[in-house]
Amino acid sequence: MNLAGRDIRYHLGRFLLTGLGIGLLLATVMAMGGIYRGMVEDALSMIRGAGADLWVVQKGTAGPFAEVSRVPEDLYRAIRAVSGVRDASPVAFQSVQLRQGERRLRVQLIGARGGALGMPPAVAAGRPIGAARHEMIADLRADLALGSQVSIGRLRFTVVGLTDGLVSSSGDPVVHVSLMDAQEIQFLKGSEAIRNERARLEADLSGRGPGGPDAASVAPLVQNTHLANAVLVALEPWADKDEVAARIQRWNHYRAMTGAEQEEVLTRSVIERARQQILLFRVTLLAVSTVIIALIIYTMTMEKTRDIATLKVIGAPDRTIATLILQESLGLGLLGFLLGWALIGQTYEFFPRRVAIEPVDQYVLLGIVVGICALASLLGIRRALSVDPTTALGGGAQ
Amino acid sequence: MSVVEGRGLTKVFGAGEGAVTALRDAAIEVDAGELVAIMGPSGSGKTTLLRALSLIDPPTAGDISFGGERVCAGGRVLTDDRKLRLTRMGIIFQAYNLIPFLTTLENVALPLVLAGAPNAVAFRGARLLLEGLDLAGRAGVHPATLSGGEQQRVAVARAVVNDPAVILADEPTAALDTERGRAVMELLRRLGRERGAAVIVVTHDERMIEGFDRVYHMTDGRIRTARGGGDPAAAVV
Repeated sequence: MNLAGRDIRYHLGRFLLTGLGIGLLLATVMAMGGIYRGMVEDALSMIRGAGADLWVVQKGTAGPFAEVSRVPEDLYRAIRAVSGVRDASPVAFQSVQLRQGERRLRVQLIGARGGALGMPPAVAAGRPIGAARHEMIADLRADLALGSQVSIGRLRFTVVGLTDGLVSSSGDPVVHVSLMDAQEIQFLKGSEAIRNERARLEADLSGRGPGGPDAASVAPLVQNTHLANAVLVALEPWADKDEVAARIQRWNHYRAMTGAEQEEVLTRSVIERARQQILLFRVTLLAVSTVIIALIIYTMTMEKTRDIATLKVIGAPDRTIATLILQESLGLGLLGFLLGWALIGQTYEFFPRRVAIEPVDQYVLLGIVVGICALASLLGIRRALSVDPTTALGGGAQ
Repeated sequence: MSVVEGRGLTKVFGAGEGAVTALRDAAIEVDAGELVAIMGPSGSGKTTLLRALSLIDPPTAGDISFGGERVCAGGRVLTDDRKLRLTRMGIIFQAYNLIPFLTTLENVALPLVLAGAPNAVAFRGARLLLEGLDLAGRAGVHPATLSGGEQQRVAVARAVVNDPAVILADEPTAALDTERGRAVMELLRRLGRERGAAVIVVTHDERMIEGFDRVYHMTDGRIRTARGGGDPAAAVV
C-alpha cells in the first residue's frame, strides 16, 4: 500500500493544480533551453548553409559574425589559384531592415554571386537568383510571398525564391541577394554623403597646387564598393584544410578560418552572453521551482502532522514516513515535468523564434528535477521526523 | 503472568523550579485478557500513564515490562518502541485518528502492511474484521464520510487487526454519545476477550466501566486505589 499514492489520489485536484503551476515553471525552463538550442542551430545553419570549408576574413578580426571584416571582392581570384582550392567566392553579410509597404522586418542579408558559394544550395519554392540585380531569395520565416516586392534602402527587390530554416543567430530570417546589390546596400554612401565627400576632396586637392589629380578622377577610388566581408572557400576532397589556411594566412591582411572556427566564434563569442543569460534564467527558475516544491511539500507535511504522529504511534518506522514525503515531492516534480513537456510540445511552434526541444536536454532536465525534488523534500522530511507522536493523542474528533 | 507491568513510573516535564511531575511512582500490572480502566479527574496523570506504558512518551524513571521482557529500565527505553507498538500493542485514540486519505479498509489494514504483511493478506484480514463489525459496506469510503461511532469502530478494528497483547485506549468514548460510547466499550470487551488481549482504557466516565476487571483511580499523578470493576469494596491497593 503506497501512502503517497493514496494521499495524492485523495487530494488529486489540489495536486494537479500545484503540478500545473510547477509545470508552467518547468515549461519556461524548457523553452529557455530550447531557445538557446534554437539560437545555436540557427547560427550554425547559416554557417553550414554557406557550404564553405574556409572563411577568408580581414586579418585581426574573427569574421563577419563577430566584427567588421572587409576584404577586396577580387581576392577570390587569388585564392582560387591556391593548390587544393576548388572554388572561392566573395560574400557580404549585413543585418538590415526590409520594408514591404508599411511592414518593417529585420533580416540577415547575404550577398553572393549567383550560383556560387554563399547562395543557398537549394530553394524550397520558386527559383534561384537569375538576374544580376534586384532579385531576392527569402526564408519562409520572413513570410514573404513569391513575386512580392520589398525594399532595402534605395533598392527594390522581387522575391523569386524561398528557403526553409535559414535564420541568423538573432532569429532574423536570412535573405539572399546578388553580391552587387549587397555591396551597394552596405558600402555605397548616400547622395548627401557623396556630395560632402567630393567637396572635401576638391578642397584637399586644390590645396596641393596644380598638376595633381582632380576630384572627379579620384572619387571612384574613394567610393569603392568592390568589397566583401569574407571570401568563402571550398576545397578539393584531397586538400589539407590547415595547410591551405596556413598558406592563405601568409598573405598580409587576411586570416583563413575553418568552418569549425566560425562556428566556435558564433557559439562561444556571439551567443555566449545570451547563453549565460539564459543559463542564469534557467538556474533562477529551477531555484524558484525548488523553493516552491519545498514550500508545498512542507505545507503538505504540516497539514499531515497529526496523521504522521498517528503513524508513529501505530508503529510506522521513520523510513515509511520519509518515503511518503519523498514520493510526494517526486510525484509533484514528475507531474510538473510531464505537464511542462506537454505544454511546451503544444506551444513551441508559436514562439517568435525557433525553440529546439531536444530529447537529451529533456532527460537532463528530468534528472535535475528529480534532484531538486529530493532536495526540496528534505525540509518536509525533517519536519515529519520531528513530529512528536504525542500530538496524535490530543485534539478533537476529525 | 502479567502481560504488562509498570513499577515506580514517574514522569517529570521540564526542569528546575518550573518542573511539573505528572506521574509519581505509579505501579500497574495487567494480566492477559484482563479489562482494566484508569480513571481520574482531568490532569490526574492517566493519559501520561498510558503514554508511558506505550512508550510513546517514556517515563522519566521506573521500569516497564512486556510479557516478562523489560522494555524500559530507569526511564531508558531498551527496545524499538515503534516495533513494539506495531506488533504487540493496539492503540485507540480519543479523536479516532484515522488516516483521512486512506479508505476504511486501508486504515484497518495499515498496521498489517506496516508490519510487512503482503497487501492481499492485510486486506483480507481487514475485510474479515470489518465484516465482523458490520462495517463491510463502508470499506471503500474515506473516514470523513463516516459517523463518529463508525470511525471509532474502525479505529478499534485497526487496533486489534495485528492481534496485539495489549490494547490501550485513551478516552475512546469521549467524543461519542452514551449509547455509542457503551457500544464501543462493549466492542472492546468482546474483542479483548475473543483475542485474549489485555485492554487498558483511560476514561473519566464512570458509566463506561461496567464489567471491567480492575479500575485504577488516579489523582495528582499517583495511583490511589485499584478496585474490581463495579465493586467498590474490592480494593486491592
